Amino acid sequence: MAMLRQPGPRNAIPLMLLMLVGFAAPLLAVIGFSLVPARSFSLWQMPTLENYAGVFSGTNYISFVYSLVFAALTVIVLAVVCYPVALGLVRVFGKWSMFMSLLFTIPLFVSENVRLYGWVLFFIKNGVLLGTLKTIGIEPESWLFTQSIILFGMVYVYLPFMLFPMTLGISMVPKETRDAAFDLGATRWQVFREVDLPLSMPGITIGFLLSFVLAVGAIAEAKVLGGQRIIPVTHDIEIAFTYAQNWPMGSALSVLLMLVVGVLVLVVLRRFDLDTILGKK
Amino acid sequence: MEAKQTNWRNGLVWTWSLAVVAFLYLPSVCLLLASLTDSRYFTFPITKWGLSWWAKTFNSLEIHALFKTSISIALCVTVISVVIALFGALAFARYEWKGRSIYQKIVLLPIFFPQSVLGLALLLWFNALGLDLSWKSAVFAHLVWIVPVVTLVISIQVYSFDPALEEAAYDLGATRWQVFREVTLPVLFPGIFSGMLFAFLLSWGNFPLSLFTTGADTTIPEYLYAKMVAGYTPGVPVLGTVNTFGAAFLLLGGYGLILWWRRSRIGDSKE
Repeated sequence: MAMLRQPGPRNAIPLMLLMLVGFAAPLLAVIGFSLVPARSFSLWQMPTLENYAGVFSGTNYISFVYSLVFAALTVIVLAVVCYPVALGLVRVFGKWSMFMSLLFTIPLFVSENVRLYGWVLFFIKNGVLLGTLKTIGIEPESWLFTQSIILFGMVYVYLPFMLFPMTLGISMVPKETRDAAFDLGATRWQVFREVDLPLSMPGITIGFLLSFVLAVGAIAEAKVLGGQRIIPVTHDIEIAFTYAQNWPMGSALSVLLMLVVGVLVLVVLRRFDLDTILGKK
Repeated sequence: MEAKQTNWRNGLVWTWSLAVVAFLYLPSVCLLLASLTDSRYFTFPITKWGLSWWAKTFNSLEIHALFKTSISIALCVTVISVVIALFGALAFARYEWKGRSIYQKIVLLPIFFPQSVLGLALLLWFNALGLDLSWKSAVFAHLVWIVPVVTLVISIQVYSFDPALEEAAYDLGATRWQVFREVTLPVLFPGIFSGMLFAFLLSWGNFPLSLFTTGADTTIPEYLYAKMVAGYTPGVPVLGTVNTFGAAFLLLGGYGLILWWRRSRIGDSKE
């Protein structure tokens, strides 16, 4: 109790209470539900592992693999797309940098369904793209409802989550270090590989982690753009909770997803000191 | 030679970045176009331009109710989250204490977590407690995710805060409340203000958490999703456009305000 007389822990109390009641307890509830017999709605029963066995004997693991593969692909594409932009935000745009960051921030606040629906209007038959092509006499098939457009949608939605941590990382590379390397005769490629990349790694890793974790939980892209061509694991979970009315099965899937995400986050975050990343001198 | 090369490379970075911006906003342009047609279904090039769907959407009682629900949730979330996050950020960035680095990681956990799963977990938890779901339970659900985000936003401001200011005020005989009100709050105000903007907009646009926790109440993103899946109406692009421009307006206006406020403060201190 002596600890609570210090200002630090005392200020942390409200937030920690919220995390306890709003985050830890619900996750425990999910774990609890994953251990009761299938199709039951009450927690107070003999625990069983049959739901987990069901995940691996049924077809659900396929959607699990899909989600992981698509999230990994999203991260790879985003790394390539975002790196030049992040570089620009830190080193090239100068006084426009703030305005450009704002432009990249605004879409974050519009519900992702809405923005994905804009792409539907763009790609749909007689939509903006195909309608325009039609006037000049070309009538290709619509790109909607394919696997690749799901990846496209995920890249689109999660772009800011890669871009901003990456920008933070690149801004952590001191200009003097780069100049020194150049003065000592390093080539551009050497500076990139031996100065830029290692020094901006904390930010880049956090960008990878954040976009991967969010992409694993993606659901709207497959539904709105993909016409359910791919069933991601989150969709399976939603079905288990709604149409199938099989809460324990949905919970078991959620727990497995939480395990993947949780282990990844803990392993990566353990290596970083948040104070240096977020700007304490 | 070197300068020419750099220019060329910078040009490439500019071009690429502007292309990415165009990529980000292209869907919003499509929504705007689709909202400006008078026909029931969207075809391009548009044959009948008009604002009739804007009028229909804004006169609809159903939409009024949705707006009310979404705004009530967003306002409650903004007020509560800024209060909790302000103290949370002081613990995060201002004070040195044992356990702070673990605390910092706990704060990040809900951000690094798939929201749809979090929404379901909250649904199970509310159900186990026997709570009735309504927009009020959605406020709680939003808080679990938004308070950590706002805490980070305010923390960044707290990092640049000089604790000596507070100590000087104490030395001059100020009480704890006076120090908080007259030193800490004004200095941290830009961070708190950005935190408020973030909280409001993130709550307003949230779908995955609302989906599972609003019960019989419906927010605008939920309504839009239902319409997208079940059948097109031009009301969808109208509301989508309103959302996009509303967010842009609030953010640009908000940052303009912060810049203006900073400038006027610098002006004051010079006098």
